[in-house]
Amino acid sequence: MLNRREILKSLGLTAAACSMPRLAFADTDKRLVLVILRGAVDGLALAAPYGDGNYRRVRGELAIPEPGTPDGLLKLDGLFGLHPSLGAIHESYQRDQALVIHAIASPYRERSHFDGQDVLENGAGEVGALRDGWLNRALSGDNHAIALAQNTPLVLRGDTAITSWAPSRLPDADDSTLRRLRDLYANDEFFRTRLEQALKSQAIASSAVDMDGAAPRGNEAKQFGELMSAAARFLTAADGPNIAVIEFGGWDTHANQGASTGALANRFQALDDGISQLQLGLGKAWDETVVAVVTEFGRTVHVNGTRGTDHGTATATVLVGGAINGGKVIADWPGLADSNLYAGRDLMPTTDIRCVFKGLLEEHLEVPRGRLERRVFPDSESASPMRNLVSA
Amino acid sequence: MKKAVIAANRFGLGARPGELERIARNPESWLLDQLAGPSRLPAEIRDLPESASVFEEVQAVRRDQRAAKRGEPATDIVENYGRLVRRHYIDQTAARYRTAASAGTPFHERLVHFWSNHFAVSADKQPLPAIAGLFENEAIRPNVSGRFADLLRAVEQHPAMIVYLDNQRSIGPASTLGKRANRRRTDQQFGLNENLAREILELHTLGVDGGYAQEDVTSFAKVLTGWSIGGANDKGRFADGEPGHFEFREIIHEPGPQVVLGKKYSGRGVDQGEAVLQDLATHPSTARFLATKLARHFVADEPPARLVDKLTDTYLESGGALSTVYETLIEAPEPWRLTYAKYKTPHDFVISTLRAFDHVPDNPRFIVGALDLMGQTPFRPGSPEGWPDTAEQWGGADALYKRIEWSNTVARVVGSRVNPVDLGDAVLGSEFNAETRKAVARAESLTQGMTLFLASPDFQRR
Repeated sequence: MLNRREILKSLGLTAAACSMPRLAFADTDKRLVLVILRGAVDGLALAAPYGDGNYRRVRGELAIPEPGTPDGLLKLDGLFGLHPSLGAIHESYQRDQALVIHAIASPYRERSHFDGQDVLENGAGEVGALRDGWLNRALSGDNHAIALAQNTPLVLRGDTAITSWAPSRLPDADDSTLRRLRDLYANDEFFRTRLEQALKSQAIASSAVDMDGAAPRGNEAKQFGELMSAAARFLTAADGPNIAVIEFGGWDTHANQGASTGALANRFQALDDGISQLQLGLGKAWDETVVAVVTEFGRTVHVNGTRGTDHGTATATVLVGGAINGGKVIADWPGLADSNLYAGRDLMPTTDIRCVFKGLLEEHLEVPRGRLERRVFPDSESASPMRNLVSA
Repeated sequence: MKKAVIAANRFGLGARPGELERIARNPESWLLDQLAGPSRLPAEIRDLPESASVFEEVQAVRRDQRAAKRGEPATDIVENYGRLVRRHYIDQTAARYRTAASAGTPFHERLVHFWSNHFAVSADKQPLPAIAGLFENEAIRPNVSGRFADLLRAVEQHPAMIVYLDNQRSIGPASTLGKRANRRRTDQQFGLNENLAREILELHTLGVDGGYAQEDVTSFAKVLTGWSIGGANDKGRFADGEPGHFEFREIIHEPGPQVVLGKKYSGRGVDQGEAVLQDLATHPSTARFLATKLARHFVADEPPARLVDKLTDTYLESGGALSTVYETLIEAPEPWRLTYAKYKTPHDFVISTLRAFDHVPDNPRFIVGALDLMGQTPFRPGSPEGWPDTAEQWGGADALYKRIEWSNTVARVVGSRVNPVDLGDAVLGSEFNAETRKAVARAESLTQGMTLFLASPDFQRR
């Protein structure tokens, strides 16, 4: 049920969140940027297993050409290639400053975004089991965090005070939201006709192509770059925080997701640009930085009837940054043969994403192991920290 | 449950979480019990100053302004005036929306807003921004469930209405002052101003087709000469009377009997005008005009003719007892047929959003900004006709887009703290359309789901 006090607090935030926050001093050089991609990213498009014999068959028109061909994947190894829009991440990969972990998932096995994000962020292994976030529980004397969001995401909510900041101008409603509204209005003449008219005027005003076309309206995608630049400023401030959390929505590609180009490719481009801006802004601090790009779950292996993909299970995670011990893909690859799919439709999860979080917290942010197991990720013995993700 | 949703959303200002269950026990009596209004006025409203003192405060600054104009440049004073008016406007707007967001008697509150809009005094004319909210609380609020005649008299004798429709400037040609001035033949115009008389007939009582002619307007304007405000005006004239209160000024009142709508009014002084208002209040055209507006507001843009007839009859039989008319409306079958019969105005949308979140805003600028963006700046309809009350007039494509943008803003402010499906269940109950609910539940984030819910046809209607 609704908690009145929480709502009051959240609405009361408007003014405060828009002004410069007081900074909490972080007594460490290590930096972590957690990028939460909301909407369930298609891991098979993020890092495509072109070397899997079933890849082209299951992906059909969403399959991306092999590395080395026009619009082709950016080669990671003999099995995987990065989406062609992720050039900056690929450059980091070639400098051993990026890695991909594939067939990864949180313990959540249903298909609701809300619940999936809850589990990803609460760190408890099930929906609603904890009301605060694992990254907040991990904070202690040396580590201080900022949420670059209008409202603190669950992963950073909790007893430890954190900072938050967002540009005073909120982004416009995003394409994916408008598309859903158009569907919602489809059977209501009054709303349907008016939204169509409004979108036409908007398109003319911004000279953008139509909603199903290739060019994004910017909005949230554009703001992601601004937030990443802002993150760099906060993380390099003399008395600034060392942890930043940023959200980026619009990944729920049920229709027309595209392959080398298209809606999802544009989203990846914005992600890649944002990471470049962060790197640029961090300067030398990049060497001490880990950027973890995560999402609540993956998407179906097969293409659906509207040239998109539906909610799935396992996906891929990218770690990038000067502190990353990269240049590799970590995957206990389950394969794409129909018999190997989870529930007959999804990529089988073989890695628990908490292993990655625990590994980064322990080795990069030096959160003591006991605290990790007892407080940060209770009841997660089965998910042991993944080693050597960061350079020694 | 359907009746509870209609009672909460169409008759009230939108359900607060937990409210539907209480209303469902007996929606009709939940409404009827509110007609007396809250047992105690909300502190927000109680603590506002009296309009008379604000009016006098503002007039004093304007007199200073005029004095300064004759001497040194007045920029500094003009700024002070703007700040002063703005401060009062913000205080009154905050009180109105905080009260609406928290009211336990939202039907009563909706009636206050309905009549305030019927008797609109728009804040685009000075000094209305400083007193429009006080007018609502002083002239409208105490009278929404009483006799229409009392409401009408309170409104037409309130300084806000008098100054809005220029009646303090209206001078009877045969009045003491009128005769004196016309003998002097100065350049200055002295004479009748028909504004108040015309709008009373056209907008407040009979309606534009209510059966009056230009002669009626002119003679009624003569009847109303002298209906003024006490204390010195902005030019420093007329020092008598209690500053900022209604004052009848014999010196400018047109003497003698007048014929209005075929009836001769021979009364003297203020009684003459009050007698005309009394007759207008119980006129069949007034009954039909008000019945139509009420039915349009509470039932449908095209009000059912049978219901309008029934309300008209009740009005006439009861001598314009408004609570009896409301009872007839609530007991009629028509309001209860459709759950979502009316497209919310931006005012409805913002208030129902606040109530859904059970949030009383500290900062009224957030509200003013939102309503400004969506085209319904508080207390500023732009004309004495008030805001329109049909979907067609609020239904521009760009206006809908702005509602979507505001939904998106609110959703981002609330973030992932509130589950939009729970919110929909709490405020729309069984009437939360299954398709809408599914679309909201399938949103890619709680924030997106909240945008979809707030912008949904379900939540955009009442």
